[in-house]
Amino acid sequence: MMSRLLSLRDSRDPAGRAARRAAWWQRLAPRGRTLVTAIPYGWLLLFFLVPFLFVLQISFSEVEIASPPYRALVERSEDVLNIALNLGNYTYIFGDPLYFDAYLGSLETAAVTTAICLLIGYPIAYTIARAPEARRNTLLMLVMLPFWTSFLVRVYAWMGILDSNGLVNQALLALGLVDAPLQLMHTQLSVQIVMVYAYLPFMILPLFSNLVKLDGRLLEAAADLGCRPWKTFLTVTLPLSKNGVVAGSMLVFIPAVGEFVIPELVGTPESLMIGKVLWMEFFDNNNWPMAASVTIVMLALLILPIVYLHKREEKALARAARR
Amino acid sequence: MNMLESSVNQAAGAAAGAKPYLQIVDVVKKFGDNTVVDHINLNIARNEIFALLGSSGCGKSTLLRMLAGMETPSSGRIILDGEDITHLAPYERPINMMFQSYALFPHMSVAQNIAFGLKQDGLPRGEIAERVERMLELVQMKKYASRKPFQLSGGQQQRVALARSLAKRPKLLLLDEPLGALDKKLRQQTQLELVNMIEQVGVTCIMVTHDQEEAMTMAGRIGIMSDGQLLQVASPGEIYERPNCRFTAEFIGETNLFGGHVVEDEPDYVRIQSAELPRPVHIGHGITGTLGMPVWLSLRPERVGVSRQQPVGDGNWAAGTVHDIAYLGGFSIFHVRLPTGKVVKASVPATRWREEAAPTWDEPVFVSWADNDAVVLTQ
Ligand SMILES: Nc1ncnc2c1ncn2[C@@H]1O[C@H](COP(=O)(O)OP(=O)(O)OP(=O)(O)O)[C@@H](O)[C@H]1O
Ligand SMILES: [Mg+2]
Repeated sequence: MMSRLLSLRDSRDPAGRAARRAAWWQRLAPRGRTLVTAIPYGWLLLFFLVPFLFVLQISFSEVEIASPPYRALVERSEDVLNIALNLGNYTYIFGDPLYFDAYLGSLETAAVTTAICLLIGYPIAYTIARAPEARRNTLLMLVMLPFWTSFLVRVYAWMGILDSNGLVNQALLALGLVDAPLQLMHTQLSVQIVMVYAYLPFMILPLFSNLVKLDGRLLEAAADLGCRPWKTFLTVTLPLSKNGVVAGSMLVFIPAVGEFVIPELVGTPESLMIGKVLWMEFFDNNNWPMAASVTIVMLALLILPIVYLHKREEKALARAARR
Repeated sequence: MNMLESSVNQAAGAAAGAKPYLQIVDVVKKFGDNTVVDHINLNIARNEIFALLGSSGCGKSTLLRMLAGMETPSSGRIILDGEDITHLAPYERPINMMFQSYALFPHMSVAQNIAFGLKQDGLPRGEIAERVERMLELVQMKKYASRKPFQLSGGQQQRVALARSLAKRPKLLLLDEPLGALDKKLRQQTQLELVNMIEQVGVTCIMVTHDQEEAMTMAGRIGIMSDGQLLQVASPGEIYERPNCRFTAEFIGETNLFGGHVVEDEPDYVRIQSAELPRPVHIGHGITGTLGMPVWLSLRPERVGVSRQQPVGDGNWAAGTVHDIAYLGGFSIFHVRLPTGKVVKASVPATRWREEAAPTWDEPVFVSWADNDAVVLTQ
């Protein structure tokens, strides 16, 4: 750099200098671009990867009554470097059926939530996408409107609706459909209802942004070729909205697996979900390594299938391009 | 069977044969109070290739979409092969359309796109495969059968779209700007190829275009549309040589138009005086009209001769000066300004003069034409 600057100063002819300056700028320009992309990378590095490595490290350590309550992996005692990798947390997780059940319960609840959100969200997203352009924004606003109130307030509102003397039961009693109030609160049903309610917008929005791009002429072409509307939906609309379905499902499924607040507030005390287990390990048992291991396993459970599917899709695309 | 009976039968048979394959009866389409298709009547014969030609927004696509069933007429009827299809859903009509934008299914391969319509008919697998194969051969896309549409060039996509709309052997094939997305050179190459393919399969075809060359190259008959109305329906030659109105004359090819009125009306000739021409124009045939009636004269540039000598005779020529010359290779367009201010375009073949001998800018010249060259238009 130094020599370049010197040589720049040395040059006498203005044309050559201008050219060199242009080259200099060109050198800088891609750096500017790198800088811009560096910001999100830096963010992810600092606030995702580094904390993740911390968690990973803690998951391989042992509990200690100390602050923080775990023994460091790498210890130096009199010139000897001690690395104690403790796999005990993981073997414990795989050994104790409690964890297995909790994972399974969480995955199942999240899967049901995702499926119901998809079933309800798809027609809503489709309707909004096909609505006249002037009305679309209003409808989208309505979908997002609940976000203006606090999430907790909305969950409490559901408690008011589902309680034994809540709205639903009062209505049922008044209509004479039941003699005694139904137990709706603190059941798997109430968890499912509130979770679907809470996550529905995350399904609708990506689906909408996908469906709104669907070319109406493709549907006309299908009809023209003798395809009935329902079959057109199955053979054209649905496959073409695959990316929206995948995006929406991931946006719902992933946070739903770790959901803690909703099962805690409206769920059954006995059914354990992994978010609850995590909470208990961390706050009740003060067992940070165990909590960290539970987190790592959960992460692996979510990420590995996604990576696998992604790889498979890439391969399929590459194969199609080669032909 | 006696003579009389057989001749009656023959007559009936002839009448049935002459019955048009597709009848568009007084069809109107309104969007709100905007009449886009205005009382159109049109008959199409079996295996005909018909072109609807008109400027942008005149309602061509709308008419086509009504045939395909994607719009319902506000009034009128559409009868195909004896069956009233006015209110059939698009998926129930034996009609296939090739879309202006092709509308190929992006998630299906070329072969799957072509097979799509056949699958809807519930044909057996083997037959579908066989027909897809034949279509791929027809449009010379066999190599690309497993490609996705986005991996194809515009011309290749156009072929796939054609194959897809032909695969079901529709009773009626509709082409909306079939070559609209191709560049000019490729368009010209493809025009005759497209006609060949359509004729090989043997379907009746209506195409829409705003490119007159395309319509004249491909179609047996042309319908000129303007503002939702069908102004003239005739063969390309007739449309060009004998336009029936000012719009058609100006829309198809280049022409010189002169406004005027009839000053002599005889059974075997008429004379028309135009303020834009120095002397009356002599037309060598009678017209249905009256003395003094306002008319227009259409004079094609290639009918106008340019000379340095004064033409003989007392009509059908004018003196002027060369205002502009557009050299177009095989011929040049001379723009000759008359003393009246009117500029007359004349197409002069390159063989008329050697380049250096040709009249040049501001040179006084004469333009002239023969008795029957000017076409009299009454509307
Ligand atoms: N669904 C619709 N609602 C309202 N107006 C419409 C609709 N479809 C078409 N029009 C109007 O009808 C007129 C004719 O449209 P059409 O698409 O038939 O024109 P076109 O002759 O095919 O033109 P182009 O050559 O540009 O394709 C236009 O003025 C258009 O704005
Ligand atoms: Mg159009």
